[in-house]
Amino acid sequence: MNIHEYQGKELFRQYGIPVMEQSVVTRAEEAGPAAEKLGGKVVVKAQVLVGGRGKAGGVKLAANGAEAVEKARSILGMKIKGITVEKVMITPASVIDREYYLGLTVERTSKSVILMASKAGGVDIEDLAVNRPDEILKLPINVADGIDSGKLHGLVSTVFDSEPLVKQAEETIRKLYKLFVEKDCSLVEINPYALVSRDKLVALDAKVNFDDNALYRHKDIEAMRNPEEYSADEIAAREASLSFVSMDGDIGCIVNGAGLAMATMDIIKLFGGNPANFLDVGGSSNPEKVLNALRIILSNKKVKAILINIFGGITRCDDIARGILMARDQIEINVPMVIRLIGTNEEEGRRMLREAGLAAEERLTDAVKKVVSYR
Amino acid sequence: MSILINEKTRVLVQGITGRDGSFHARTMKADGTKIVGGVTPGKGGQDVEGMPVYNSVTEALDHTPVDATVIFVPAPFAAGAIKEAADAGIQLIICITEGVPVVDMLSMYHYVKRKGVKLIGPNCPGLISPGKSKIGIMPARIHKQGNIGVISRSGTLTYEVVYNLTSSGMGQSTCVGIGGDPIIGSSFIDMLALFQADTETSGVVVIGEIGGEDEEAAAAFIKTKMDKPVVSFISGRSAPPGKRMGHAGAIISGGKGTPQAKIKAFQDAGVPVADRPDEIPELMKDRLRA
Repeated sequence: MNIHEYQGKELFRQYGIPVMEQSVVTRAEEAGPAAEKLGGKVVVKAQVLVGGRGKAGGVKLAANGAEAVEKARSILGMKIKGITVEKVMITPASVIDREYYLGLTVERTSKSVILMASKAGGVDIEDLAVNRPDEILKLPINVADGIDSGKLHGLVSTVFDSEPLVKQAEETIRKLYKLFVEKDCSLVEINPYALVSRDKLVALDAKVNFDDNALYRHKDIEAMRNPEEYSADEIAAREASLSFVSMDGDIGCIVNGAGLAMATMDIIKLFGGNPANFLDVGGSSNPEKVLNALRIILSNKKVKAILINIFGGITRCDDIARGILMARDQIEINVPMVIRLIGTNEEEGRRMLREAGLAAEERLTDAVKKVVSYR
Repeated sequence: MSILINEKTRVLVQGITGRDGSFHARTMKADGTKIVGGVTPGKGGQDVEGMPVYNSVTEALDHTPVDATVIFVPAPFAAGAIKEAADAGIQLIICITEGVPVVDMLSMYHYVKRKGVKLIGPNCPGLISPGKSKIGIMPARIHKQGNIGVISRSGTLTYEVVYNLTSSGMGQSTCVGIGGDPIIGSSFIDMLALFQADTETSGVVVIGEIGGEDEEAAAAFIKTKMDKPVVSFISGRSAPPGKRMGHAGAIISGGKGTPQAKIKAFQDAGVPVADRPDEIPELMKDRLRA
């Protein structure tokens, strides 16, 4: 799960990581008083959950309240990578002496939290990682042991020039790491981590992502969820406990298991089709889930055909068949549907479908060829 | 032979009285696995269709030797269950549970490693040595005893591949689902090394997916350390970057974990990459003849 910059900075503040004052507004006229309260000279920043805000014109300087209103008006409602800006953050404009980068993420290879730090902050860090990888210093942190003080000091001393800055940076990193582990983050990034007023390091941006699996133990984080991060179908799917991702094609997919669901989409593409979605009904055998899945897929008007691919293990084919028949009674299915049913209780499932006049394929390749032919 | 488990393996089931745990304990037993009992705190003394329930792993060990344990407890308690089994001295732990927080696994991974304990999963279907033992949730009857090893990050996609192998008359020595999470106890390489050393295995199928760099590491290992033929399949070629595709580990981010990089790594290592699961048996037959 992602959160906005202003939400990330609120978390930073809770953890004692230095940030500037801020105010968030949804209407342009509110930007005036907010800017005046913060000293007049401010930055107006679009709050959207995608990168590249600066390049898209979503970050602007304002000299006073009146200008802040004007800039907020131009940013609110604009689209950045297809997402409409609904909130702007107002924060004092600072004179920046130097920009650094700090980040923490999970490294799968070393099974650790990895600290990244660079003197070359303020730029696109993904570009830096590709073009000048030597400028990003890294330190793997074994969560079973915590931060190694000696190694941390060594790394920080290489990146920051003076003893007072090294001390501030080390403190910030320890707090960031505490936040990362306590709140189950998957990414925490400060870019730029800026030197202002010659001797003070401040987080001028905040990017915080969380591990979805751990949200159950963080009600405060769950409450920060921004519905605009997800499409209407994705929200409906989450409420129905289905794993779902929207795609831009026209073949709706219902599959059990994430790996098989991805492979099914790949094979649809291999035969010239285009999947409309990724949907994993999961391992349980609840007929209701099939009904909900069909309802969500049919709400997408682009869908021209549906492929149901079930390899029964925990999932029982007769339950899936029951769900399909239930759906046929309760909702209008106005596009062709290809069903591939195999595994646990397949004979029973096929018999139920056959008696209701529905055919079921046995081989995946045959089913995909058939559904692609319906477009 | 087969790897990790065989007809002698004595298995404990942690979370045996739960909905999934009791169902799969019964199924595993019916499939021929030697289940010696299960654990559910507070329910010691009961039994699940003749399989005794203990309050803790240590209590179970007081009554019976255990070679492997399989974990079905809910995600918030899974890391604790792994730790309990490792502390009690069980050498092979299979964690089926899905949705375990990454931070929990970051510490548990190193914890079990230091004890020299093997961990498979979490978020995996388990493993099966057909005709000998099954510790997991896969449908046993699609399998057939034979000489092909299978390693996968997925569940149902593994069934799909196994179904195609079995339909083509190619049986399996052991099939291992290593799990779909970003941090898992055993990697492709750990399993490839075991299959390379196993006299019963003549070829290995590796089923990878987008995310991480485990497939690239596997390709490097195959190139330098293996002489048995390997065939692969990569799922997620059509996945959009940055989105989590069901498995928490299946996400392409920062230009890493792309299907192209994985396919190229395998091809460079002389490992054919099938476009579809039903091409795998023929590719394997070709490689075994070569």
